[in-house]
Amino acid sequence: MSETSTATTHLVEAKSATIAFGGLRAVDSVDLHIDAGEIVALIGPNGAGKTTFFNLLTGIYTPTEGEVLFDGRSVSGVKPHVIAARGISRTFQNIRLFKAMTSLENVMIGRHVRTKSGPFGATFRTPAFRREEAQIQADAERWLEFVGLSQFANEIASSLPYGAQRRLEIARALATEPKLICLDEPAAGMNNKESAELNQLIFRIRDELGITVLLIEHDMKVVMNLAERIYVLDFGKLIAQGTPGEIQANPAVIEAYLGKGADAIVRERAEAQAAAETDASRGSTPPNASANDDLLESDGIIMTPPNAQAKEDA
Amino acid sequence: MTTERDNINSEAPSLAADLLPAAKPMFKKQRGSKTSPLKVILLVILALALIAAPIIFQGFGQLLLIRIFAIVGLYIILAMGLNIVVGYAGLLDFGRMAFYAFGAYAAMLIGVPLAQALGPQLGGWAYVVSLVGGAIVSSLVGFLLSLPVMRLRGDYLAIVTLGFGEIVRICLQNNFLGLSNGAQGLPRTGQTLPAPPGLDWLKMNVYFPINDRFVIEFSSNVYWYYIILILLVVAIIVVRRQDNSRLGRSWAALREDEVAAAAMGVNTTRAKTWAFVLGALWGGVAGATFSYFQMVASPETFNFFNSVLVLAIVVIGGMGSIPGVIVGALAIQGIPEFIRWFAQNFLSGAASGIDKTVSNYRNLILGLLMVVMMAIRPAGLIPSKRIKREIHGAGGSDGSTRVEGDVLVNGVPAGIEGATPGGGEGA
Repeated sequence: MSETSTATTHLVEAKSATIAFGGLRAVDSVDLHIDAGEIVALIGPNGAGKTTFFNLLTGIYTPTEGEVLFDGRSVSGVKPHVIAARGISRTFQNIRLFKAMTSLENVMIGRHVRTKSGPFGATFRTPAFRREEAQIQADAERWLEFVGLSQFANEIASSLPYGAQRRLEIARALATEPKLICLDEPAAGMNNKESAELNQLIFRIRDELGITVLLIEHDMKVVMNLAERIYVLDFGKLIAQGTPGEIQANPAVIEAYLGKGADAIVRERAEAQAAAETDASRGSTPPNASANDDLLESDGIIMTPPNAQAKEDA
Repeated sequence: MTTERDNINSEAPSLAADLLPAAKPMFKKQRGSKTSPLKVILLVILALALIAAPIIFQGFGQLLLIRIFAIVGLYIILAMGLNIVVGYAGLLDFGRMAFYAFGAYAAMLIGVPLAQALGPQLGGWAYVVSLVGGAIVSSLVGFLLSLPVMRLRGDYLAIVTLGFGEIVRICLQNNFLGLSNGAQGLPRTGQTLPAPPGLDWLKMNVYFPINDRFVIEFSSNVYWYYIILILLVVAIIVVRRQDNSRLGRSWAALREDEVAAAAMGVNTTRAKTWAFVLGALWGGVAGATFSYFQMVASPETFNFFNSVLVLAIVVIGGMGSIPGVIVGALAIQGIPEFIRWFAQNFLSGAASGIDKTVSNYRNLILGLLMVVMMAIRPAGLIPSKRIKREIHGAGGSDGSTRVEGDVLVNGVPAGIEGATPGGGEGA
């Protein structure tokens, strides 16, 4: 029944989705949609409600108003494991691997939702059970290879380098065979080389596997390179949406990140820098960033919005 | 672009198999699939020693030791069940004796009338039916208990299970529904429990003297020693297999990070329910056997102190580790009994009363040993590799995971994004 007219229905559709914790509306009447095969980014200053939106989508929270549809069906009040079975998988902002397990065992957990053996099969080691175990292991090995972590298969997850742990989380999420993968700050804490590799991996997830990608990311270089469309949240409200170019030029977005009046300064500096770089590095291919991305990234603007404290008081 | 969009809606069952090339197998040695020759030799020696033990003990006139070993065996089975709940699934249970009690009483309630119905020839087989019946009843109780406690964890779960254990004991003591016969227990006066299958025949027909001292012959204690040994081997095999499976992995995931496990598609409710049911099953098996072995089921056995002892077996032996549970049971159940046995046998000739004094202090000595143990080996005597890593490795981030999980379970949000402590956000 999921094979039906996808031209008209979006893969994900939030209809004035709201969640209030007491008086705080962490996600406030958000309307957005994601189509199958897109790479969409969700950005915004710290505390804007991005991860909370992920939690609404993956069943950890239930919207207090409005609803979120996945594949045309509401995910409100649906348990997380059911949502995983329907085809949404995710990674976590603060990596939540099963730390004491090996990499391979972590990915094998991801196969859980697509397999079905129970205690009976386990106790009597039925042929069906043995076949399924072998298949789970083989699939998990493939997913590790896909993200380039084969050499770590038997290493304990918590002993992996930081960047590898993030990739392992992605492998675990992919192993559930999702239609949509939600990546919560996949590039956080990565160096330039690692995040360039991550870019490639995310493109491969979409292009080779046909999986739709929704990502939260503070690293604008990554966002501008990857995302086809961007949604911007601030104080739980959707303040802008559009292509990377549109978002970079959007005064409301600059204000959200930098405070009032900052857009003028940013524009001036952008023009100056763009002028300086007109003939340089224009022809270079991704994952090199364009001039504007460099601008946003420089001066540590991304990681430390100056008005972060002010927001928390509000 | 359009082809990609089409792809997404026509996904084949195994995405990896369809889209990705086969990986080189990189996980050759599955847990427990191959054992080294040395291990095999040691296991054979251990098996022979266990089989020969009753004959040797009998030869030295230490019949009590056979009985002690049989009781220790029952506690290993009981702790093996608790190990599923506590060690694998990470759920604290302070009321283990309740399942032991359900097994014992169910066995009595099934066995006594059934034996009468079967007559003297076949009456012994009532034990087998009682064993299965006790296991089923106990599992069922485990399932029913899992329903209300599904949302609880940690200390809260411990308190509920503690209360459950006490309620069961008090109900039994007060002749609940007229079934349990109060403090006297079962079977009632005038009713008898038949000998288990084959015991009478074995007593009559097996007598093989090896020399003046050692004789192969059967008594009730020897019989039950072997029955319990067989049940124990079955329990070890079954529990190992269950741990080393899809279900076992889901328990491990649940124990480490419930939120992540659920997000990856693990049905945490089902995993917990299975842990309770399969854990209770071994409580029932041990309880049914215990009641036939003792020929009585009475409430004072199933007290809180014994529940704590079973938990101590698992924790001190090493949570999630079957060898740990075995060693733990030997230590916790064995040490006090051995102290008593030692006092009775070797101190009775000394100054009057000293044997009794030492014997009475055995729980104190045990307590001291436990404190020392926890200080020098916090992960247990023979810890499971994985649990050892959980305790020693990964440091504070592990704790933060658990706190956040608690907050979520209690229905209070863990705060807005980024509020979780100890994350890698700023790294």
